[in-house]
Amino acid sequence: MTQVIERTEAVKLRVMENAQWNKPVYETNGLNLWYGTSHALKNIDLTIHEKEVTAIIGPSGCGKSTYLKTLNRMVELAGNVSISGNVTFQGDNILDRSMPVEMLRSKVGMVFQKPNPFPKSIYENVAFGPKIHGIKNRAILDQVVENSLKKAALWDEVKDRLHENAYGLSGGQQQRLCIARALAVEPEVILMDEPTSALDPVSTNKVEELIKEIKNDVTIVIVTHNMQQAARISDRTAFFLNGEVIEYDRTSTIFNEPADQLTYDYINGRFG
Amino acid sequence: MEHVQEAQQFERKLNGRLMMNKVSKGIFFLSTLFGLVVLAVLLYRVLSEGIAYINWNFLTGKLSTNPERAGIMGAILGTFWLMIVVAPVTMFLGVATAIYLEMYAKKNKFTEFIQTNIANLAGVPSIVYGILGLTVFVRAMDLGNIVLAGGLTMSLLILPIVIVASQEALRAVPKFLEEGSLGMGATKWQTIRAVVLPVALPGILTGAILALSRAIGETAPLVVIGIPALLIPFPGSIFDKFTVLPMQIYYWTLDSSLVAEYANLAAATIIVLLVALLVLNSSAIIIRNKFTKRF
Repeated sequence: MTQVIERTEAVKLRVMENAQWNKPVYETNGLNLWYGTSHALKNIDLTIHEKEVTAIIGPSGCGKSTYLKTLNRMVELAGNVSISGNVTFQGDNILDRSMPVEMLRSKVGMVFQKPNPFPKSIYENVAFGPKIHGIKNRAILDQVVENSLKKAALWDEVKDRLHENAYGLSGGQQQRLCIARALAVEPEVILMDEPTSALDPVSTNKVEELIKEIKNDVTIVIVTHNMQQAARISDRTAFFLNGEVIEYDRTSTIFNEPADQLTYDYINGRFG
Repeated sequence: MEHVQEAQQFERKLNGRLMMNKVSKGIFFLSTLFGLVVLAVLLYRVLSEGIAYINWNFLTGKLSTNPERAGIMGAILGTFWLMIVVAPVTMFLGVATAIYLEMYAKKNKFTEFIQTNIANLAGVPSIVYGILGLTVFVRAMDLGNIVLAGGLTMSLLILPIVIVASQEALRAVPKFLEEGSLGMGATKWQTIRAVVLPVALPGILTGAILALSRAIGETAPLVVIGIPALLIPFPGSIFDKFTVLPMQIYYWTLDSSLVAEYANLAAATIIVLLVALLVLNSSAIIIRNKFTKRF
């Protein structure tokens, strides 16, 4: 009897913990997306929790990048896209178009597969976001640039050449610069679309360390091809296949005791 | 035995191939030479006829029926004022149109139609633009044959070139830069202004300068508009009557049967015009090589 009570207490505690620490940021209900006639996302239900790293894994063409780009509505750039269902960000439905995308994207940063700094100085790259959102004061900008570069663990490497072109940096440094650029507007969420797939192992490691570091401040959703990476850095993992969410759970559960045979097969390299 | 035969056959064929290789190289070389030789003869003729007539007085003097005293300052100023109209008008309209077509317009049949038409307009003979300018600017708007009317006509003529060149420059800007900016929450216009245009600018400028150099050398539309012949006062604004360097060449060449030395003056003016074009085109090449960013 006492055992049972203890167990229920423990479960309650865990639920409370979850409720306390993992407030939902994004809630997706019945999301469907078509590129023309091709059905890319099918009935997606997914909740992304605050200040966690959520990894999205799955084989090429499974819709994981499409889902990620739906979260900041970059997916619409492709043109010929139709969407149904609900995606709420902090309670607001982002698909009903009452919220300007500019507002959404100032709260939800994005880091791309290929490092894409602007052909400007390192300083101007980081100051870009604050500037477009109207900050002109030089002293504030200086501070933002320094803080963001420090958060992105790049400050020591670039502090003496802030005004040199960003394309003089190595690929890994460029990607960390892009993360600093995203951090500079103090977003709530950063979406990462295979951020390390173009990087060497050392740079990849640095970016992963950085992700673990910044998740104290921001929620991170990361699409990755690299399952070890998902296992190393994420708190939750969603497995996508053919536009559907096959399984979504704590990363340890997904990798150690997946409920679905497909998930098991995928993470054990049977396909994909 | 068979092997020997095969080898012989191979050798015979090889000789044929090598021969063809040499012949084709020769054909291409001679083709190139043809253009160069014609250009050299032309340059030689122009230089030998005109160079002696270029002096300070010729460059800064007023027009005169007396070849000893004639100068081309009027035409130089006319060309200058013409550019004052043409450059801003084509830069603004051309770049704005290109931005609309590349960045805003949806890709559909209608924009495709517009696109094809712009490309075709670039090939319309310049005299047709002259007639358009005469009808619209000189007569309908009653501007008369002043710099403004000529400049607007010339702008129409080179606008398609500027649009097409600017579109190509905009298209060459990598999409990932645009995405990076939009992903930060920048508006479309902020993205264009802060990211896309700076990258496209060298290409746009190169196209615009080359188009301007075309406008400097054009004569036909101005003939149609009725740019006056000799002996007018220096133009001092865009509302004055004017003449330009190629017009000057045209009139002097026409009248060279009356006064033989006019042919020399025409040649001297050609030299001045060629130098101006050379400077413009070189600056376009310098801009392209120096400022174009590669990714």
